[in-house]
Amino acid sequence: MPQEVAIAAETTPSWPRRRRASAWRRALGASVPYWLILPVVVTVGVVLGYPIYRLVRLSFQQYGLFELIQHKGKAAGLSNYGSILHDPIFWHTLVRTVIFTVVNVGLTIAVGTLFALLAVRVSGAVRIVLTSSLVLVWSMPVVVAVQVWYWMTNFENGILNYVLTQFQLGDFSRHDWYASTFSELSIVTAVVVWGGIPFVAISVYAALAQVPNDLIEAAEIDGARPWRVFRDVTFPILKPVLLILTSLSIIWDFAVFTQPFLLIGQAKLHPGNYLMGVYLFEEGYLKTDFGRGAAISLVMLLIVAAMSVFYVRRMVKVGDVR
Amino acid sequence: MRRSRRRYGQLGWNALGLAVSAVMVFPVYWMVSTAFKPDSGIIAETPQWIPLHPTLDHFRAAMAQPYFWEDVKNSVIIVLVTVAIAMVLAFLAAVALAKYRFSGLKVFIVLVIGIQMLPQAGLIIPLYVVLARYHQVNALSGVIITYLTFVLPFAVWTLRGFILSIPKELEEAALVDGNSRVGAFTRILLPLIAPGLVATSVFAFITCWNEYIFARVLLNDQSKQTVTVWLSYFLGSSKHTDWGALMAGSTLIAIPVVVFFLIVQRKISFGLTAGAVKA
Repeated sequence: MPQEVAIAAETTPSWPRRRRASAWRRALGASVPYWLILPVVVTVGVVLGYPIYRLVRLSFQQYGLFELIQHKGKAAGLSNYGSILHDPIFWHTLVRTVIFTVVNVGLTIAVGTLFALLAVRVSGAVRIVLTSSLVLVWSMPVVVAVQVWYWMTNFENGILNYVLTQFQLGDFSRHDWYASTFSELSIVTAVVVWGGIPFVAISVYAALAQVPNDLIEAAEIDGARPWRVFRDVTFPILKPVLLILTSLSIIWDFAVFTQPFLLIGQAKLHPGNYLMGVYLFEEGYLKTDFGRGAAISLVMLLIVAAMSVFYVRRMVKVGDVR
Repeated sequence: MRRSRRRYGQLGWNALGLAVSAVMVFPVYWMVSTAFKPDSGIIAETPQWIPLHPTLDHFRAAMAQPYFWEDVKNSVIIVLVTVAIAMVLAFLAAVALAKYRFSGLKVFIVLVIGIQMLPQAGLIIPLYVVLARYHQVNALSGVIITYLTFVLPFAVWTLRGFILSIPKELEEAALVDGNSRVGAFTRILLPLIAPGLVATSVFAFITCWNEYIFARVLLNDQSKQTVTVWLSYFLGSSKHTDWGALMAGSTLIAIPVVVFFLIVQRKISFGLTAGAVKA
């Protein structure tokens, strides 16, 4: 016990001992931050580190319900990976998820940024209304949002069909939005983008406060049109924030699960409308083929890890600045 | 002339701002108004925009659904225990990050940020297998330790920001005044950090309350589930969809989150990107 030794050393008066005590003390002082982070490191290591190690091992094993009860998998070499990579469903799901991610991230960032620019333009009272509504949407739990959108898009008496018909956009009465993959994923996109806009808009709005007003005025006096002002003055200042928001959104949307899973619903989910998160859940967890599920998880984690390198590096740099 | 054109321009922007707000808020409004409408208003051919004859029947129906109160209780237990443990552990680590320089600091920061990037869907399989091995599936404790791991990194990072925002001079002054380091900590640092602790724990509370996928995978018993899983099973529980009760249940589950979120949003919202703005 280093503390006890240090205390004992402190009470002894002799000079050389004292010197050693201060050396002890220094060592103890240097160890303080390690003691402080220890509980977090241990918790995360046990609850996350060990499962991730198991994940890697599982992916090389045949591991089903029987093995789960026995607590012992059968070595299976690379067969799990082979079965995934030869599975056309995997490749179709991957392509679908990439397209879904590009569309969702693009829409979220574009609309969110436009909202932020709008918030700068409107007058004080309207700005409060706008930001409050964004915060309200932001606070909606995902599961709740899904239920509300399901009710709004319901074919019998959903409000969406009524509004579209009223606006003369065609006859949408009793139109079933959950009849085709494209239309299903469009509604999922609507829910994801709707829920994602507030975070982007409010972050960009905060960043816009950093744009010096005189710079914009100077550009305007020089005859720059609004688009030029945005491109040459505002955008360069927003760029770091937009990059971080984009990489965060990519990670979130690529691994999205709750929205497609609950909105499309167990009964209507099929390999033709899987996204990566759903594919993993159906193949690994529901079919209790944990080995194969682990291989899918690992592939997915690696893809996300590759995509998040930028974000992590950026944040570590921030952590260095004091 | 130029002036009036400007004024009209401003009017146009304001109108657009209000329109955008209305569209964004509409789903939330529609949830609440449906919850208060009698059934005849809900299934009416022409939608009833405002609940003219508000009723609480749907709220009663939602609360009378099987397992509602059990699952609320489960959620509350899970959330409170997780947040309490997480705040203590995270605070210690945050002090280390904010006040000390040590080798391994960088690795720790990478760990803290990297974990937040892990897609949760990718971890359900190994967590299920490992927790099943130690009989933590279908037990609240299994969910609690899982949530703990996902709340900790975020909490450490945010609290670190709050600690850094306290001027060093204050602490030094306390030390000069003859306080011990611990004394300086409890008398100066802790009161200043209290709002940050409250904000972070509220945010952790919301994260746990809203979580769905782990609760769905790790808790099988209907009496052991959380409110989000309860809500997700609502539609399947009857043949005829009771939209009013579904929206009443949704409202009930959203209320605590919305209230807490509105309180702390300002303090936390910029945490994720604050550094980027500064740089």
